[in-house]
Amino acid sequence: MSATASSPLIAETKSARVDSLALDCGVTLAPVEVAYQTYGTLNAERSNAILITHAFSGDSHAAGIDPESGKPGWWDDMIGPGKGFDTDRFFVICSNVLGGCRGTTGPSSLDPATGSPFATGFPGITIGDMVRLQAKLIDHLGIQKLLAVAGGSMGGMQALEWSVAYPDRVVAVLPIASTARHSAMQIAFNEVGRQAVLSDPDWNNGNYHATGKPPSRGLAVARMVGHITYMSDASMREKFGRRFRDKETPSFHFGVDFEVESYLRYRGLQFVDRFDANSYLYITKAMDYFDVGAGFPSLGASLARAQARFLVISFTSDWLYPSYQSLEIVNALRSGNRDVAYCELPSTYGHDAFLVEVAEQGEIVRGFLTQTHKLLSRKSGSRS
Amino acid sequence: MAGALVHSVLGRRDYAIIGEIVEPGSRVLDLGCGEAELLAWLAEHKDIQARGIEQNGGKVMKAIARGVSVYQGDLETSLHDYPDRAFDYVILSQTLQQTLRPLVVLNEMLRVGRCAIVAFPNFGHWRVRLSHLWSGRSPQTPLFPYEWYDSPNLHFLTIQDFEQLCERQRWTVEKRIFLSGQRDVTFRPNLTAQVAMYLFRQ
Repeated sequence: MSATASSPLIAETKSARVDSLALDCGVTLAPVEVAYQTYGTLNAERSNAILITHAFSGDSHAAGIDPESGKPGWWDDMIGPGKGFDTDRFFVICSNVLGGCRGTTGPSSLDPATGSPFATGFPGITIGDMVRLQAKLIDHLGIQKLLAVAGGSMGGMQALEWSVAYPDRVVAVLPIASTARHSAMQIAFNEVGRQAVLSDPDWNNGNYHATGKPPSRGLAVARMVGHITYMSDASMREKFGRRFRDKETPSFHFGVDFEVESYLRYRGLQFVDRFDANSYLYITKAMDYFDVGAGFPSLGASLARAQARFLVISFTSDWLYPSYQSLEIVNALRSGNRDVAYCELPSTYGHDAFLVEVAEQGEIVRGFLTQTHKLLSRKSGSRS
Repeated sequence: MAGALVHSVLGRRDYAIIGEIVEPGSRVLDLGCGEAELLAWLAEHKDIQARGIEQNGGKVMKAIARGVSVYQGDLETSLHDYPDRAFDYVILSQTLQQTLRPLVVLNEMLRVGRCAIVAFPNFGHWRVRLSHLWSGRSPQTPLFPYEWYDSPNLHFLTIQDFEQLCERQRWTVEKRIFLSGQRDVTFRPNLTAQVAMYLFRQ
């Protein structure tokens, strides 16, 4: 128990440099910067580290208060003293993904060969590449084996990839509201987002850094579509209904009439300020390419490589990553008689539920991690 | 001794007996495990590898929070994903009569498990027979308290029914336990036992 259990975590972004990273596309990227944050304390045995993997538009600021903006991390309700990922007991790490735009090397980083941003000269990336970079960060931090890798949505894909790419380096894996591979529908939504960016003239074949005019309109539209898929019919009805925004009657123009229009426009504009359009293209492609069963006769045969125990969680109203996709993972693991727990939590929040529904989610994550830690210490106890 | 301890912890005699049957370090699957009290107890005291299946989401949540790997799903359709002989024991405690196709479930239990442990309320108990005889209505007793229209029970089986099924299926019964309240009964169990428990294998 730490004496500062109740004081809020202060988020501090650190950076590590990796000499080189061999990518799935055949290109080697060198060097690579990784932005990351940590919370809690690594124990003497270095056995209490948990890697949190972020979703599509997330970053390394998963928990605690950012000293500059004063904002809490994107999973602050789940990570902290006494929370689901209890920082009084565990050392929690979160890094910005490869291809991102929040401190880790991505298309907006400077290409050492040219001195200007990579833009579309950035090599194509995969979820596997992101995970390989995370493994190098874990090496850098002197950690041989992670107690757990956990994440929602694209974070869940990374967690799943960890289980098969580094089976002996992770004790437990928690893919939440995620999938073993994108469905045609998920690829389709990503393609609409990419087309919104690509068809904005300001995109300029990716070279908008030179003009200083990023494709803000296209990126905002892409984000608007994204936000619709993150919610549910029920949550949108509840949040906006058909309410007008600051008016009683229709305007008969194409300005903002409805609350939901105002919300989407606001979210779109807000996103443009913090996200790079080329990162949007590269990362959505990485998600679409991901298929943890690729090259294997079945998903079960692929996941047979995993040694970890699993906690898989889905949410009832999540139509973007529906429960059947989580069940596909769970049933493949059960067919190999793996240690897997699965729960479909009730929620009306759609895909956003993994960020919002923290009470029940926190409770089961906490119990699962406690048991994982117990099994681990029992195992290491019997070995010595 | 261990049984008494189980009972003092769980207050359910069938749990106590399962605790005595299950060998330490074995792999156990509990069907309809609820909040996984039994599995958690077995994991703690018998060092078993505990797995459960439960349909009720709220119960699954509590089970996982308790540290047991429970799968949320329908036990009748979920068993087929497991490979043959994945477990040493597959337990179905007090829910056999609620399954849609009991024989399919029992056969699946014997496919994925080395042994099956089944506990069910005995419809042949004298109280049930009397209730039916005197009232002329569907029997209602402490063990079968439901009205016919809101009963979760779909099948009503007696100890003799189960014995006959074991014979027909050529299952080897390794252990039979008949209970009335907390007491073991041996005299005419089909009349006197409220609950029967069987340990059997293919």
